[in-house]
Amino acid sequence: MIGPNGSGKSTLVNCLSGTLVHETGTVRFEGRDLAGLKPHERTRRGLARSFQLPRPFASLSVADNIRVPLLYAAASRRGRHLGEREITDRIAEVLEAMALTDRARHFPRDLTQVDMRKLELGRAMAAEPTLLIADEAMAGLSNSEVEDIVALLIRLNETGITVILIEHIMKAVMQFSQRLVVLVSGRKIADGPPAEVVRHPEVERAYLGQ
Amino acid sequence: MVELDLVLNALLAGLLLGGFYAAVTVGISISFGILDIVNIAHPAFIILGSYVAYLANAAFGIDPIVVGVLALPLFYVLGAAIYQIYYLSFEQRGQDSLRGLAFFFGLLFITEVGLILAFGVDYRYVQAVYMDRSLDLGIVQIPLRMLVPCLVSLLMLAVLQLLLTKTFVGRAVMAVAQDQLALQLMACDPVRIRRIAFAASIATCAMAGAFLIVIQPIEPSIGREYIGRVFAICVLGGLGSLPGTLIGAMLLGVVESLTATFYGPSWAPAVGFGLLLITLAVRPAGLFGR
Amino acid sequence: MRNSLFILVVSLVAAAVFAAALLLRSDYLLFAGYTVLQFVVLATAWNILGGYTGYVNFGTAAFFAVGAYTSVFLHKAFPLPVPVMVVVAGAVAGLLGFGMGYLTLRLRGAFFSIATLALAVVLQTVVVNWHYVGGSRGAYILRPPAGPIAGLSYIEYLFLIMLALAALSLIAARAIECSRLGYGFAAIRDDELAAEANGVPTLRLKLIATTISGAFMGMAGAPFPSYIGYIEPASAFGLPYAVNAIAMPMIGGTTSWAGPLIGAVLLGSLQQIATVTISSAVNLLIVGLLLVGFVIVAPNGIVGLWQRFFGRNRTSWRPSSKSTASASGSAASSPSTPSA
Repeated sequence: MIGPNGSGKSTLVNCLSGTLVHETGTVRFEGRDLAGLKPHERTRRGLARSFQLPRPFASLSVADNIRVPLLYAAASRRGRHLGEREITDRIAEVLEAMALTDRARHFPRDLTQVDMRKLELGRAMAAEPTLLIADEAMAGLSNSEVEDIVALLIRLNETGITVILIEHIMKAVMQFSQRLVVLVSGRKIADGPPAEVVRHPEVERAYLGQ
Repeated sequence: MVELDLVLNALLAGLLLGGFYAAVTVGISISFGILDIVNIAHPAFIILGSYVAYLANAAFGIDPIVVGVLALPLFYVLGAAIYQIYYLSFEQRGQDSLRGLAFFFGLLFITEVGLILAFGVDYRYVQAVYMDRSLDLGIVQIPLRMLVPCLVSLLMLAVLQLLLTKTFVGRAVMAVAQDQLALQLMACDPVRIRRIAFAASIATCAMAGAFLIVIQPIEPSIGREYIGRVFAICVLGGLGSLPGTLIGAMLLGVVESLTATFYGPSWAPAVGFGLLLITLAVRPAGLFGR
Repeated sequence: MRNSLFILVVSLVAAAVFAAALLLRSDYLLFAGYTVLQFVVLATAWNILGGYTGYVNFGTAAFFAVGAYTSVFLHKAFPLPVPVMVVVAGAVAGLLGFGMGYLTLRLRGAFFSIATLALAVVLQTVVVNWHYVGGSRGAYILRPPAGPIAGLSYIEYLFLIMLALAALSLIAARAIECSRLGYGFAAIRDDELAAEANGVPTLRLKLIATTISGAFMGMAGAPFPSYIGYIEPASAFGLPYAVNAIAMPMIGGTTSWAGPLIGAVLLGSLQQIATVTISSAVNLLIVGLLLVGFVIVAPNGIVGLWQRFFGRNRTSWRPSSKSTASASGSAASSPSTPSA
C-alpha cells in the first residue's frame, strides 16, 4: 500500500491491528469480524504488525525480545505453551532468519537502525502470524539496507505469511508487491497489479501534483 | 425538612471554597494538564507558600496575600530550578515515568518533613484586617476570610488565562503540549517554554499558599488532603483547561460544603478523592473533556 | 538457579536468621528485626507491580492498613489464629488491589498512581468514621504473653510469621521474574503498545500484578496490630509506609527481586539505628533525600551500579547446541495464500 504523507496509511494500520477503534466499516480477517477485539487478541488470531518507529522492549535483550511473542502470541496460536528448549530453538531460528544471531545478547539501545527494524520484523515473525503488516519497515535506510529488508520480507512471504507492506520507497514496492493499493486522503484511488496501478492517471496526479 | 438558609449558606460557602480550590489547582492544570508532568508535590509547595506568608506576617505584619504576590518571583525561580533537574534527569534521558513520579513523591516528602523539622506540627495562623469580619446579607453570611481569597483567586485565573491566550509565550505553552517539533521549527526552544510554564505553575503556589493560611490554620501535613482535591478538579474540568478548572473547583467546593453541612466535616476529605475515583472510572476525559 | 534451589536457599537463610534471633534473646533486636522484615515484604510487594510492570502505587499504606484493620475487625468479631488472619487480610487487600486496578488501569499510568493516593485518603476517612474498629481514637489489641507454639514468646511467634512472609514474598517475586508472567510484565513496563502487538494481554497481567502486590501488602499489615498492641488510623495510614515502599526498591534496584531486599535491609536498618540516635523526622528526611538522590544519580539502584561495575547485564538466552543449524523454514503454522 502506498500513499502520500497524511493519506491515512498508519491510521488504517492502527484500525486493522485494534490500536484505534474505527467508527464506520468493518475489519474482516479470515472471514471473521474483528470488531471489539483488543490488539493482543488480533495478534493471537494471526494478525501481526511491526511499528513504523521500532518499539523494542528496552530492558530485554534481543533474544528475550523475541521470547515475548513466543510466550504469548505463538503459544496462543498453537494452543499450548512452548517448552524452554522449544523456545530457545525458535529464538535461534528467528534470529538466524533475521541475521541477528550475533546480536542475540545485545540490548536494543546498542543496535543500529537496520538491526532495530530486523528485530521489529523478527518479533512479528515469532508471533507466527498468517498476516504481517509491515508499517514503513524501511524508511530512512540506505539502498543496500532496503534490499536486505526486502529479501527478508520475501523469505517471510515464502514461508506462507501474507505481507501487507506500507511503504514510500517505490523501488522496494515494485520489487516486492503482487498487488498495489493507493490511498489518498483516506480514499482508495487504485487497486491492482503494480505495473498497471502506477500508470493510473489519478495516481500520477496524486504523486506528481497537478 | 431541610432548612433553606442552611442550604443557601452551604452553597455559598461551597462556591467561595471553589474559588480558592481553583487557585490551588491552576498550577496542576498547567503542569499536569498541559505539560504532562505529574507533579504530585504541588500541594507541598502550596504549604511552603503558606509558611512563607506566615513568616512574613508574623515578623513584619504584612498582609498574607501581599506576601503571596511578593513571593511570586521566588517560587518562579524554585519552579524553574525543579524543572531543570527534572528535565536533565528524566525527560532528556528518556527515563521512564516511574522515576519521575518517584522524584516528585520524594520532593513532596522532603518538603513536608523539612517543614515539620523547621516549624513542628503545631497549627499556624496569620493576622489580617479582614480575618474576623463578614458581610451580613440577611439570610446568608459571607465571611471575608473566604471572600477575599476567592476574589483574588478569580483575578489570578483571569490573568493566567489572558497570558496563555494572548501572549506569544502563552500560546507557545499551549502549542508545546501538542507538537514540540513544530514549535522548534518556529525557532522556539520547547525546553525553555516548558521551563517557563512549569515555573509559572509553581509560582501560583505562593498565592494559593497565602489563600490557604487565610482560610484555615495550617500544619505541614495538610497538603496531602489537597493531592486528591487538585487532581480531582483537574480531571473533572478536563485536563489543561483553565475555565474547566474553575468549574471543576466550584463543583467540588459545593459538594464538599454540602457534605460537611449534612454529614459532618470528618467526611469532607473523602469527597474529593471519591469524586476523583468515580470520574476516573466513568469518564476519564473529564466533564468537559477534549 | 532453579526455583526449587532458590526456595531451599531462602528457607535456609530464614532458618538461620530465626535461630540467630532466638540465640540473641534481645527484645529490642526482635522488634527492630520485625520492622525490617515487614519492610522487606512491603518493598517486594510494591516492586511486583511498580518495578516489574512500571505502575507506581503511592497507596502502600492503604493496603497495609486494610490488612491491619482486617485483623482488628476479625479480632473483635471472631478471633482467629494470626496465620489465618494473615490469609484473610491478604485476600481482602488483594481484592482491593484488583478493584482498584479494574477501575483505573485502562487509563494512563499517571492516573493509576493518583488514584492510589486518593484511595489511601478515602479509606482513612472511612476508618476514622467507623467506630467498630476504634474510629479516630484507635483500638487496643491485647497481646497474650505466650505464643501458640511451645517455647516461643508471642513476639518471637510474630517475628517468625513475618520472616515466613518475607521469604514467601521473595520466592514469589523471583518465580514471577523468571516465568512467562515476568516477561509479560517487563514487556508492559517497556512498551505497552508493543506488548499488546506481541499478544500480551496487558490489562489482565496488570490486574494480576495489582492483586498479588496488594495481597502481600495486606498480609504484611495483618500481624501489625498484635505486634504493636495499639492501632490508630493516622499511624496505620502513615506516609512513611508509602515512601519506604517506593524508596527501598528504587535504592536497591527495581528490575530484580534482590533490589527491594537490599534496599529494605539497608534502609530499614539505617532507620532503626537513626530512630534511636537522631529524631524520627530527620530519619524520614534521610529516606526522602536518598530516594530523590538515587532516582537522579543511579536510576537502576544498587543492583544497577553493581552490574555496571562488576559485569554485564544478564540475559537468559543461550543457544542450544544444534538449534542454529536450522534456518527459517518452519515459520507459519497454518497455510495461507501468499500474496503481497
